[in-house]
Amino acid sequence: MATYLEFIQQNEERDGVRFSWNVWPSSRLEATRMVVPLACLLTPLKERLDLPPVQYEPVLCSRPTCKAVLNPLCQVDYRAKLWACNFCFQRNPFPPAYAGISEVNQPAELMPQFSTIEYIVQRGPQTPLIFLYVVDTCLEEEDLQALKESLQMSLSLLPASALVGLITFGRMVQVHELSCEGISKSYVFRGTKDLTAKQIQDMLGLSRPAVSMQQGRPLQTPEQPPISSRFLQPVHKIDMNLTDLLGELQRDPWPVTQGKRPLRSTGVALSIAVGLLEGTFPNTGARIMLFTGGPPTQGPGMVVGDELKTPIRSWHDIEKDNARFMKKATKHYETLANRTAANGHCIDIYACALDQTGLLEMKCCANLTGGHMVMGDSFNTSLFRQTFQRVFNKGYNGEFRMAFGANLDVKTSRELKIAGAIGPCISLNAKGPCVSENELGIGGTSQWKICSLDPSTTLAIYFEVVNQHNAPIPQGSRGAVQFVTQYQHSSTEKRIRVTTIARNWADAQTQLQHIEAAFDQEAAAVLMARLGVYRAESEEGPDVLRWLDRQLIRLCQKFGQYNKDDPNSFRLSESFSLYPQFMFHLRRSPFLQVFNNSPDESSYYRHHFARQDLTQSLIMIQPILYAYSFHGPPEPVLLDSSSILPDRILLMDTFFQIVIYLGETIAQWQKAGYQDMPEYENFKHLLQAPLDDGQEILQTRFPMPRYIHTEHGGSQARFLLSKVNPSQTHNNLYAWGQESGAPILTDDVSLQVFMDHLKKLAVSSAS
Amino acid sequence: MSVNQQAHTGPPYGQPQPGYQGYQQPAYGGQSLPGVPRSQYGAYNGPMPEYQQPVPPQGYFPSLGFPSKGSPVSLNSDSSSLAPNFIGSLRAPPTSGAPPPASGASHPSGHLAYSQFEHGDVQNGIPASAAPMQRPPASQPFLPGSGSTPVSQPSAFQQYGPPPASVQQLSNHMAGMTIGTATASAPPPAGLGYGPPTSVPPVSGSFSPPGSGLYTPYSATQGPPPTSVPQGLPVAQPPFPGQTVSTQRLPTQVPGFAPPPPSTGVGPSSYPPTTGAPRPPAMPGPPLPGQTLAGPPSSQPNHVTSPPPPAALAGLHPGPPMSGLHGPPPPTHPPQPGYQMQQNGSFGQVRGPQPNYGGAYPGTPNYGSPPGPPPPPKRLDPDSIPSPIQVIEDDRSNRGSEPFVTGARGQVPPLVTTNFLVKDQGNASPRYIRCTSYNIPCTSDMAKQSQVPLAAVIKPLATLPPEETLPYLVDHGESGPVRCNRCKAYMCPFMQFIEGGRRFQCCFCSCVTEVPPHYFQHLDHTGKRVDFYDRPELSLGSYEFLATVDYCKNNKFPSPPAFIFMIDVSYNAVKSGLVRLICEELKSLLDYLPREGNMEESAIRVGFVTYNKVLHFYNVKSSLAQPQMMVVSDVADMFVPLLDGFLVNVNESRTVITSLLDQIPEMFADTRETETVFAPVIQAGLEALKAAECAGKLFIFHTSLPIAEAPGKLKNRDDRKLINTDKEKTLFQPQTSFYNNLAKDCVAQGCCVDLFLFPNQYLDVATLGVVPYQTGGSIYKYAYFQLETDQDRFLNDLRRDVQKEVGFDAVMRVRTSTGIRATDFFGAFYMSNTTDVEMAGLDCDKTITVEFKHDDKLSEDSGALLQCALLYTSCAGQRRLRIHNLSLNCCTQLADLYRNCETDTLINYLAKYAYRGVLSSPVKTVRDALINQCAQILACYRKNCASPSSAGQLILPECMKLLPVYLNCVLKSDVLQPGPEVTTDDRAYIRQLVTSMDVAETNVFFYPRLLPLTKADVDSDSLPAAIRNSEERLSKGDIYLLENGLNIFVWVGVSVQQGLIQNLFGVSSFGQISNTLSALPVLENPFSKKVRSIVDMLQGQRSRYMKLIIVKQEDKLEMLFKHFLVEDKSLSGGASYVDFLCHMHKEIRQLLS
Repeated sequence: MATYLEFIQQNEERDGVRFSWNVWPSSRLEATRMVVPLACLLTPLKERLDLPPVQYEPVLCSRPTCKAVLNPLCQVDYRAKLWACNFCFQRNPFPPAYAGISEVNQPAELMPQFSTIEYIVQRGPQTPLIFLYVVDTCLEEEDLQALKESLQMSLSLLPASALVGLITFGRMVQVHELSCEGISKSYVFRGTKDLTAKQIQDMLGLSRPAVSMQQGRPLQTPEQPPISSRFLQPVHKIDMNLTDLLGELQRDPWPVTQGKRPLRSTGVALSIAVGLLEGTFPNTGARIMLFTGGPPTQGPGMVVGDELKTPIRSWHDIEKDNARFMKKATKHYETLANRTAANGHCIDIYACALDQTGLLEMKCCANLTGGHMVMGDSFNTSLFRQTFQRVFNKGYNGEFRMAFGANLDVKTSRELKIAGAIGPCISLNAKGPCVSENELGIGGTSQWKICSLDPSTTLAIYFEVVNQHNAPIPQGSRGAVQFVTQYQHSSTEKRIRVTTIARNWADAQTQLQHIEAAFDQEAAAVLMARLGVYRAESEEGPDVLRWLDRQLIRLCQKFGQYNKDDPNSFRLSESFSLYPQFMFHLRRSPFLQVFNNSPDESSYYRHHFARQDLTQSLIMIQPILYAYSFHGPPEPVLLDSSSILPDRILLMDTFFQIVIYLGETIAQWQKAGYQDMPEYENFKHLLQAPLDDGQEILQTRFPMPRYIHTEHGGSQARFLLSKVNPSQTHNNLYAWGQESGAPILTDDVSLQVFMDHLKKLAVSSAS
Repeated sequence: MSVNQQAHTGPPYGQPQPGYQGYQQPAYGGQSLPGVPRSQYGAYNGPMPEYQQPVPPQGYFPSLGFPSKGSPVSLNSDSSSLAPNFIGSLRAPPTSGAPPPASGASHPSGHLAYSQFEHGDVQNGIPASAAPMQRPPASQPFLPGSGSTPVSQPSAFQQYGPPPASVQQLSNHMAGMTIGTATASAPPPAGLGYGPPTSVPPVSGSFSPPGSGLYTPYSATQGPPPTSVPQGLPVAQPPFPGQTVSTQRLPTQVPGFAPPPPSTGVGPSSYPPTTGAPRPPAMPGPPLPGQTLAGPPSSQPNHVTSPPPPAALAGLHPGPPMSGLHGPPPPTHPPQPGYQMQQNGSFGQVRGPQPNYGGAYPGTPNYGSPPGPPPPPKRLDPDSIPSPIQVIEDDRSNRGSEPFVTGARGQVPPLVTTNFLVKDQGNASPRYIRCTSYNIPCTSDMAKQSQVPLAAVIKPLATLPPEETLPYLVDHGESGPVRCNRCKAYMCPFMQFIEGGRRFQCCFCSCVTEVPPHYFQHLDHTGKRVDFYDRPELSLGSYEFLATVDYCKNNKFPSPPAFIFMIDVSYNAVKSGLVRLICEELKSLLDYLPREGNMEESAIRVGFVTYNKVLHFYNVKSSLAQPQMMVVSDVADMFVPLLDGFLVNVNESRTVITSLLDQIPEMFADTRETETVFAPVIQAGLEALKAAECAGKLFIFHTSLPIAEAPGKLKNRDDRKLINTDKEKTLFQPQTSFYNNLAKDCVAQGCCVDLFLFPNQYLDVATLGVVPYQTGGSIYKYAYFQLETDQDRFLNDLRRDVQKEVGFDAVMRVRTSTGIRATDFFGAFYMSNTTDVEMAGLDCDKTITVEFKHDDKLSEDSGALLQCALLYTSCAGQRRLRIHNLSLNCCTQLADLYRNCETDTLINYLAKYAYRGVLSSPVKTVRDALINQCAQILACYRKNCASPSSAGQLILPECMKLLPVYLNCVLKSDVLQPGPEVTTDDRAYIRQLVTSMDVAETNVFFYPRLLPLTKADVDSDSLPAAIRNSEERLSKGDIYLLENGLNIFVWVGVSVQQGLIQNLFGVSSFGQISNTLSALPVLENPFSKKVRSIVDMLQGQRSRYMKLIIVKQEDKLEMLFKHFLVEDKSLSGGASYVDFLCHMHKEIRQLLS
């Protein structure tokens, strides 16, 4: 088994791909019986220190419907200078530049270690990256100040050649002109009126006709930059100006009377930002960065009225169909998101407020365009500041960890078809022979657009085995999948990354143990979770849970070893052993449970869940818990209430939160001040250790987690208590009668109960 | 009086001569010819010729004289019966036909003529005028004749010229002359006739030609009058001559004459010669030509037959004898004296000139000659008909010296042209309210019968001279002003306190109201409150109350108002330098925002917007280092992009504002945007004020027709072809109702709009003006704006407009005694119901004319009361009520009504009424209605008030003797009768302008002030005496100034002395004078200083800075200038005063018959 683990890990490191099954059932029927679909998690831009890009164009299969890229799996006839496409079996001649190839002189893309390869291609003019700040001014003075500082700081982080623009909004929306000197100019729009892109461009004076009238025909191109340059300027030219401009930003001057929310025109502001870029820089890398400190309260996209006495919608309201603005707002933002995505731009949402800000309605803006979504309590927190700063983090090679306008093309060998993808992407509606009719996630296409992605952006891609049972696959042949990702690198180069993988086929009837052994339960858990979350977006929560349960039961029935109707005889092989536990925690996770979460929070969590890589996703599903004590080195412990002991410090990482929890005794010691006494220096170290580890996580994660330092009995301890498996509750506390662990006041079932039920159901002959 | 004055003027005569010469040639030549060709009056021309035939004036003249005798008598009676004047009523000896009178007249005429001659000018003049009437029969042939004559005439003329002395007189003479000459256009006869006038027969011969030459043109102009005549000609002819003769000549002349001598004593002696000399020439001239042309035979006979000519001649020759002669006439006409009295009233003017004439003229010889010629004159002598100048002068000297105390009920105030002080003793000053009549008919039947409109012209915030005190501010505390319970009238001096002061009875509705405890006061033995003199509301006609919160919008005290400056920055505005100019000016102007009384700084906040196709708002918050511009391109749905920082206190944000104003011209220096929007600009201002929850004023500087895609977009719909069609009215109507709705919104918010227009082409003032007009704002228009020439005018207007006292968010209601009520309102405002006049802004120049109608009877005892209450927000944001009270008499006799009318106010009303009429009716209908109404007014007077007299007499009430001349001016104004050079925009502009004018403004607008600058006394502060608006009065050796409230013309005659030109213009010759000057050069010499001070003084009197135009005689621009010589026939077809008078007379007669 270790071999499979290694294989999986190796594959992940090299290709950024993890399949739920690493040996594929060879027929449709078998595949459906596997319960967990054949699928993979793909991290298209996985950072590869050892992968220098090649500076030429990839060689494509000449069949128009195929166009697969030459890869190590292709059969090559060195003498005839021909290669056979491993997807469509088309025989293609090499291009002239490949005249010199031979077995010993192979181009990189034919070498096995280059199953993933990156090409740099020269196509079209390079346009600088664009950053368009869309800033809410209906903030508290303190917040606005902090935000202004963050924005000013960010100017120094941008690539010098990048274009920046600024839109501010409150009751009105202002598009600031950056080119002028002296008087600062801005174009103002009413916050209640939605405008078409054409209108916006007309009003901003960006319309083509007007321009061409003023200039000679031959000067068309030179004239181009000046138009938009009024609103988007290279950072190096105007960073002083912009710094001043940001410095002078005032809070929205319109009076807000008692009992009202400020009027905030987020919907229109976004619409204008989108329209502006749409008209000036379609299909170039651009980030619209929305900073908002509250819900949109007027105009299209309003989420709540300005009366404070009507609270912003809750899950309860939504269930009761009481959220009167939700549908309209969602539609507005969806339209915007689709337009943005069509233009290859992305929208980031940085929402900092104590109350909800309408992320539920706006989520698609970030989800469909690959933008970031950050939620905080205030702009004046390190959570926001550092998160925002991290957007501009640079990778190991000094390049920004962001890429734009990616176009992911998936090709499969004949036995497979593509069912869909789940992730921060939109469909490009590329129908083809390898597109399945059954959709999982965003389906019906073999190509997706990911407007913005970073090295950790991960898509779940689902396949369907279409090979019929009666048409056995020749022994030894392998199924292949090729992922072709074309994108704009942060250096503005066009690049193409091609990953080609292959897996063995196996007959599930005869070789089930192979398939079983090659099961990647982590990937499977995440893939199933994504499916579940995807469904939860559109379906009722309980339905999704029921579906998940059924899938789990079926899986256990399929792969468990048991005697009928004898729960105690139930066993799962090692490759499946953790899966039920993942499912248990997934069921309790905020991705599927909305209780205790606002709609905004749910949207926020789901947003991140749908884009993070496998490791992070697993942390989200099942938080990690470390224990620090004098009994030994820090160790991971069960995420269970029994792990909460008085003489331990616990460090929990839920991805969104880092919780450091001091056990009762430790807390008392700390209060007594032992850590300050030289003789108890070890105690001090003990206290410090989790902090250091926590900091380490904080430093690297995006978005920065909420950092919680609490202790036994502290109010913030709820973050920990709500996550651990409630093995001890007020119901069974005395039954167990032990001192170990802390009781959790909940009626939720514990893992133990869950497992018992699972076993019972799995072995039941009734199902 | 008049006589005296005239005598005074006499001396100046000497100078005139030169002027005379110059005048004759140029003026005449120019005018007359053009006049002839064009014309609605063409018909008139026809008649003219005929006229001339009768011309035989000479013969006729005598006849005229004859009738005159008769007429005087009758006149006397008339006059005696009524104060009214007697214009020269035209008697009808006519019935008998021209011939008879002529023959008959000849005899008496001798005497009469003589006597007349003594008066000389007068008679001549008169006859002349009369002559035209008769002449009509003569005919076209006349013209040719005139053409020929000119040549010879010049010489004669010159000779003639010398005699006349003073300019004024000269001008008068001129008039007379012209008339005469015109008629005389026929050379031969003229020569003869003329001879006499020139002084010596021989001279006359030569002289006549010139006269005729000059005349010819004139005749042409006169032509028109005949038109009216012509119709009647066959039948009417007889009457006409008769009329003219009897009424005008005789009465006027005689009276005029007679009086002078007696009154002045000395005057008479001098008169004969002088007067005789000047006029005769003129008069005779005309007749002669006429004769020649028309029917020499016919005329001659008259001539021949008429002994008078010879007699006259004889008489003339002997200068001294003249005096002797003079003497006789009076005796002969005993009645005359009495007559004169009456005439004085009406005819004073006429006389005036005459005496002067006489005085000035040395020429007995002239005199002699005149007789000959005089007979020919058939026209009405312009000098014999009521002269506005005379009336104004009389009023000035009669009433200008003593303060006008407003205590008594129904007092007629002095004319607006008179400087007088007002002492408020219970009635509002005439500066606030003037009425058409101060005696209101008790019943509606009476009112209908008289047709005299009952109207008040109210200027609630009028500026007072420094000597008069502003209305006191009264604070009645929290309960607010004390008011009648029923009609809500405010406490005023006419309220009756009863029951020991515990209650008061409303003077308007008679309702009894409790006196609130805090207001209680005991009464003294006369029933007056003890605190009568302590309380302005009990003792004064005008005062203010401090309003309580109940009087405020939304029950909230208002915030201080705001001024928003909205500047067009499209290509035209930038290129012309306008934008830079405005910005520069605003920098300093902002220090002079209106402030309340003694406040240190103005409470008014300011904001700035620039615009072309889009709008740019500016954030000038004091905390900013630099202003911020905010562009709003969504013109379809205007809104205000910012609140805080848009409207700011000037002092706090000064550096930012200055920086902004410095940068605006730079920012748009390279603009290529030519399209503009307009409605969104107003909307923006409106929204800004809404957002700031205050009232205010928008100053919009706009250059072009708003054709950019936006609400309120307009198209060019100017179409001159519509003029004189039924669709002409559409030119005055707005293109779209959009602006009406916008105006309504503006008024609701108290957003007043002042519009400064700088068009280079049609921009549809009728539509753009809707909002300014309905919000109580002003429109200023500078067509073809050029920095060099128009900048002063614009800047002065702007300064004044920004600085002037203004109230906001105003509502005015006029309450009246039971029996009448306010039914109609004219002015710049909006009305949402039938009683409340709402104005977003009301400044000190805005006037509202209110018409009253009876809804019940009034009683003579209690009279009629008006109370005008204006609720407004002061410039400091204080809510106030200004109350004006006025008590009027009521009458049961029509005569009382006519005795207490004020023509200037009447004209103000009529003009506004007519100008509103053009919105809904064809212009012709409006004009006819005006004429008809006035004819009815006058006919009613004639029928009911004047003593019975021949129908041929035109008898005018004393108070309304100027009605015809002023009415004619209204009829000829650009709105009602546009000339070819008047644009549609001009008409719409003037229409709206007039609608807000007060009486003084309409007065000078319709009858411009014409001042002979060369007559100005450089050592005194006074203005030279004005002269009548007729080309005849101009001398080519003089410089004149004409102002009408919009323009100042400086007219320079061709033969002005070089010295004067040098002194005034700093150039050495006439030819070098630039007519593009927009101001007189500043030269250090008395004349220049004097003239400039006159100009400055005039500018100071008007609410708008007038455009100064230098007009050189015989220059292209002279056409423009002549347009304002309103007593002459206008190029666009307007009748001359004389002709119109005849026409009116005819109308009246028709009504009477």
